[in-house]
Amino acid sequence: MASYSTNEFKSGLKIMLDGDPYVIVENEFVKPGKGQAFNRVKVRNLKTGRVIERTFKSGDKADGADVVDVEMQYLYTDGESWHFMNPESFEQLTANASAMTDASQWLKGQETCIVTLWNGEPLAVTPPNFVTLEVTETDPGLRGDTSGGGGKPATLETGAVVRVPLFINIGDVLKIDTRSGEYVSRAKE
Amino acid sequence: MTIDDWRPGATLQRLRQRAEILEKIRAFFKQRGVMEVDTPALASATTADPAIASVAVRLHCRPGSLFYLQTSPEFAMKRLLAAGSGPIYQLGKVFRDDEIGRLHQVEFTLLEWYQPGYDDVRLVDELGELLTYLGAPPISRIAYRDAFERFARVDPFNADERSLHAALRSQGIELAPSLAAAGRDVLLDLLMSHVVGPRLGRAGPQALVDYPAAQAAYARIKAGTPSVAARFEVFVDGIELANGYHELTDAAEQRRRLEAQNAARRSAGQPEVPVDERLLAALENGLPDCAGVALGFDRLVMWLLGEGFLSAVIPFDLDRA
Repeated sequence: MASYSTNEFKSGLKIMLDGDPYVIVENEFVKPGKGQAFNRVKVRNLKTGRVIERTFKSGDKADGADVVDVEMQYLYTDGESWHFMNPESFEQLTANASAMTDASQWLKGQETCIVTLWNGEPLAVTPPNFVTLEVTETDPGLRGDTSGGGGKPATLETGAVVRVPLFINIGDVLKIDTRSGEYVSRAKE
Repeated sequence: MTIDDWRPGATLQRLRQRAEILEKIRAFFKQRGVMEVDTPALASATTADPAIASVAVRLHCRPGSLFYLQTSPEFAMKRLLAAGSGPIYQLGKVFRDDEIGRLHQVEFTLLEWYQPGYDDVRLVDELGELLTYLGAPPISRIAYRDAFERFARVDPFNADERSLHAALRSQGIELAPSLAAAGRDVLLDLLMSHVVGPRLGRAGPQALVDYPAAQAAYARIKAGTPSVAARFEVFVDGIELANGYHELTDAAEQRRRLEAQNAARRSAGQPEVPVDERLLAALENGLPDCAGVALGFDRLVMWLLGEGFLSAVIPFDLDRA
């Protein structure tokens, strides 16, 4: 894997730090007038999502992280692993719970997800921005109340719980924004 | 490249304001009888400071020798002073490779001036007068030691490397492995650029004075314990704006410092630069007792106009040039 000098640092660049893959969020060049120059870098750990700051001596090198995003189709889960398939090569991969984090609660099968691979192993799974899921449990709907005020919890077919307007009923199919975990609308049947 | 790259990065209003500030600075020095000079941007010698990278160029008309784009007009201006120029200033382009960011451009405009008969204290006063002439609040001063004790809770003259590392850690500064074994000077640079500097000049321009002798650069050393350098820097809202000295006039001492800088370059694997023999000859001939200061003109404009990036006050930054 290539290594990068601090001169090449920019947001989005993926580098190795303390044995973990990180992505650069922000890179600031700082230098006291007559002294050593530094790059003060904000990086996000691609395994944990934690953002930290690190100061490099300008001109230092960091190894690039072999991290790629691949579109894969979600197949099924056996309870411990989540199985994905590359729709072009039909190659299959399994992701564990730490790579799935809360992505699993939006997936029922067939969705196209972004699987982030580090050295070929799934590091993170990003579900589609929007999914449509059926309501399996919620308090009876209040017909005519479309104010959206208040709301109530609803359980979806994948087990995810979201806040929905009062007029939603069991059996309704909803469009959900997975980035915020919020109800968007009723999906057209 | 994008299709809009031909356009200036700054608005035309900002460029008009920049032109007005240039005019005012020239008026300020004219009133005080300071002569404008225009020394070469391209010269056979350059600074040996290991922390400053010169752009080296080859010329067809002088095969076999390297020339350097100047990182400041300091050496040429000192030769003029030694030749009897009296007070002089220069407003011109300088170049420093490897420096690019929100507050750095490889090519930038420097205002540098020298006042025979002044010391560092008197020159800070004059710099303050220039800034108030341009609309800034009055300048204040803080000693290097006091600033470190107040903002980093460490004594920069006596703390050992362990305490300096501890001071960085207590400020939440995490270092890459290459800095884990950093020595005193680099640790002080880290504290300066990450902790102390950003807190200076918050209530108007502030001069940081009485630097440790180890950071004298080309300033004289003042007698006393601990010995301090007759060097200052000026900060505005945490931004370093200017660096000045009561100038070293001793040619032998100047040669020793240039050679020490070249030795530091060798041990860091950096190319050595030729020692400027013309500067040393001028010093031997006699540099008048004087103080000088270099001020980042683009940063000054940025600060006066309330912008956050140099690229907002220069026509074309490096990526549009």
